[in-house]
Amino acid sequence: MSDPVLQVRDLSVRYGPVQAVRGVSLSAARGEVVGIVGESGCGKSTLASALIGLNPPSARATGQIAIEGRDLVAMTEAERRALRGDRVAMVFQDPMTAFNPVLTLGAQLVDFQHRAPLTKAEKRARAAAMLARVGLPDPELALTRYVHELSGGMRQRAAIAAALMMQPALLIADEPTTALDVTMEAQILHLLRELRRDHDGAIVIITHHLGVVGELCDRVYVMYAGQVVEEGTVDEIYHDPRHPYTAALISCDPAHIADRAEVLPTIPGRLPDLTDPPAGCAFAARCTLATQRCAEPPPRVVLSATHAALCHEVRP
Amino acid sequence: MSALYEVRGLRVDVPLGGGLLSAILPGGKKTLNILDGVDLTLHSGETLGVVGESGSGKTTLARAMLGLTPAAGTLQFQGRDLAASNLRRGTAMMFQDPVSSLSPRMRVGEQVVEPFTIHGIPAAERTSAAELLSRVGLPPEMAARYPHELSGGQARRVCVARALALNPALVIADEPTAGLDMSIQGEVLNLLSGLKRDRGIGFLVISHNLPVIRHAADRIAILYLGRLVETGLTADVFARPAHPYTASLIAAEPNPDPRKRRDDLAIKGEIPSLLRRPAGCAFHTRCPIAVPDCALRPPALRAIGPDRQVACHLAT
Amino acid sequence: MSSVADAAVPPVARAASAGALWRLMSDPMGAGGAVIVVSFVLLALFAPWVAPYDPLKLDVLNKLQGPSLAHLAGTDQLGRDTLSRLIWGSRTALGISLTATGVAGAIGLVLGLIAGYGPRWLDGALVLVFDSLSSLPMILFALAVITVLGPGTTTLILVIVLVSIPGYARLIRAQTLTLKTADFVQAERSMGASVPRILGRHLLPNVVGPLVIVLSMDVPVVIMLEAGLSYLNLGVRPPTPSWGNILYDGYNSLRQQPTLVIAAGVPLVLSTIGFTFLGEGLRDALDPRLQVRPR
Repeated sequence: MSDPVLQVRDLSVRYGPVQAVRGVSLSAARGEVVGIVGESGCGKSTLASALIGLNPPSARATGQIAIEGRDLVAMTEAERRALRGDRVAMVFQDPMTAFNPVLTLGAQLVDFQHRAPLTKAEKRARAAAMLARVGLPDPELALTRYVHELSGGMRQRAAIAAALMMQPALLIADEPTTALDVTMEAQILHLLRELRRDHDGAIVIITHHLGVVGELCDRVYVMYAGQVVEEGTVDEIYHDPRHPYTAALISCDPAHIADRAEVLPTIPGRLPDLTDPPAGCAFAARCTLATQRCAEPPPRVVLSATHAALCHEVRP
Repeated sequence: MSALYEVRGLRVDVPLGGGLLSAILPGGKKTLNILDGVDLTLHSGETLGVVGESGSGKTTLARAMLGLTPAAGTLQFQGRDLAASNLRRGTAMMFQDPVSSLSPRMRVGEQVVEPFTIHGIPAAERTSAAELLSRVGLPPEMAARYPHELSGGQARRVCVARALALNPALVIADEPTAGLDMSIQGEVLNLLSGLKRDRGIGFLVISHNLPVIRHAADRIAILYLGRLVETGLTADVFARPAHPYTASLIAAEPNPDPRKRRDDLAIKGEIPSLLRRPAGCAFHTRCPIAVPDCALRPPALRAIGPDRQVACHLAT
Repeated sequence: MSSVADAAVPPVARAASAGALWRLMSDPMGAGGAVIVVSFVLLALFAPWVAPYDPLKLDVLNKLQGPSLAHLAGTDQLGRDTLSRLIWGSRTALGISLTATGVAGAIGLVLGLIAGYGPRWLDGALVLVFDSLSSLPMILFALAVITVLGPGTTTLILVIVLVSIPGYARLIRAQTLTLKTADFVQAERSMGASVPRILGRHLLPNVVGPLVIVLSMDVPVVIMLEAGLSYLNLGVRPPTPSWGNILYDGYNSLRQQPTLVIAAGVPLVLSTIGFTFLGEGLRDALDPRLQVRPR
């Protein structure tokens, strides 16, 4: 995994007093699909915005986000803007908001290529080809449509087409299937899986849905209270979760439980206050294995070349 | 077990467009058929899961059963037609978005006892707000809060508390786990199943989330474009789906286990619009096993085993 | 509806509005607006005691004087004390504007709720009425009504009320239409709540906030309107002191004594600022979603 497309080192993002992301390090290589999974409040959405340099002005980021070796945190806004839509692109949860409602899809897809040295007809042809690539039937017709005229699944396909228009090195998808029905979700997952084969960059999927991770990702980062608490290949994370939070989260997923259970497992307690996060392990208050040691910052225990967990109780 | 709620031949049509002019002018009124000939039976102490994707009419079904939307067909609550029944006192509805189903400028304490006020229950027969809140595991201080000050899980519990105020015989829950984190989902489902066990309440749970329905429901009914395609005991249906749509739905659910990743995730096509419901079997446009006859004759719901019905020409 | 549960409501409502007041006063803009508005209201209420002179007393010998210790804002072309006339004028201005916006707001609220929640044909009919009313050119409409009824305070209020109702009703109708299909209204219906209860207990508190804000921002518009119509001699009849009348007199004697125009402008500007700030402050203070819970 030399020369990763995305290399995040010790990234922290604060909104005023709220420490939304705390010392996150991660990487994504060419041709790889990386999942970032966690529940609401874990900081995954803030991280996603940070990766594309779209955090609100109130956010303060420290650390390093290197995309093809160039640090996003140290860039000026103008440089970031040049990077966005060219080397980095994003697919949002709600594809409706990703498009301008008063312009046709064709006008927007042509517009997204404003940096490409092509004629308008060439750009339009590329847009049609890209729509065909993401499985929109009759792409020429689709170019003349407005977003509200497309179904939810078609909109998300169009959003993915728009994101891939400039062949970005890094594609970030924030909950790309959450707003969709099950059968549409399956189709989009299938599409993303197909795309990764001929897409030359890295794909980062941010989701709360373990099923999406299981179907799509090569490696996963599990986030809790702004930190990456465990990272590994999907197989390591799903079949050998070592951090108590990862294990508890997987056991809570009803899809994980084959037989019908009268009482479903839960994780009692709640997230720590991120304006004043505990010095020690953030999960200690809800953890069944917690000891006194957990009041101190947990070590990052390396379990294999790909697998690591942030926990006192984990043994290599 | 006598039926708690019987639905026979339910049909819901809603007018399209209209206003002052169409109210005065005769004719020219267009309607959209949302539900077409739905039959359901719900018993006390049982959870019936209604599964369907968007546009399947599952929310309309709930609204029709509560008399909130004009409907044709026979609807009987506790053996009586709705108008003559104890519907308003004997049923309660839990909406998909708990925060928005609470009156935004009214404190929680007032809202949970509102059913008493609406039905003019004398003070002596009322349950206090604190008692109602404690039934769902919330502290009495919560009564002073406004809805926007609650977390998703808390708002969900407040809605359950309000639903339980009048000791209803039937609770209709629309997506009871929507918007909840995985670690909280179990809490709400456990709360509901406890109520079913302890109080013999009949539940109608509407969801598109198959893993949740699989654990929460005793029996399930699957809707496609406003028609029932399959009903049966949950375990039977999941083990041996008889309708190709049911099979596709179950197959489409992403699997969190990376070792069980499927190669072909796609189910063909999009859900058609209700405005253009296909003739014959509504599913034939996407069905992997459709024969020419499917486009001509709509299949009737027929029994294929004890407590098991399917609407498909080819199912056995 | 039982009296027991209703008896439990006022303390909660009181606490909520007390919180809103506290939030209003902790916002510099809102507090400033409130202070200005309250000052004007006090001036208007206590005009007979505050005003140094009788606003109608003529003193032709001292006409069109500049500011002096005896007449802080000078005198007009008939030698009447301008300060006293302005103070009494605030009575006219506030009396007319508060009555007119109040009545228009109340009628607009009721009509808006009916149009928004009622059957579609009724909504269509009411919207037709609102549209017809607001399509009338305001000044021509005022002229027509005044021609029929004769000029005067009551006519002025009537005109303002008729002209402002459609705006308020539309605002309330739009809010009601949105809220009508909201889950909490559906939840009330599913519990069997009556239409008056849904309208009164659930919709009203949610739509009244925006209306109060619009009303308080409209008060200065009505003050200006009153001044404008009085300036055109279509509103308050002389010699009753009104800011518009004073402005008119000042305009006529602008060459001899500019003090009069300036003096009449000051309360107009101040009251506009006051009510607008108050409206802005109320917008923030009345929204419980913006509340920070005291910890």
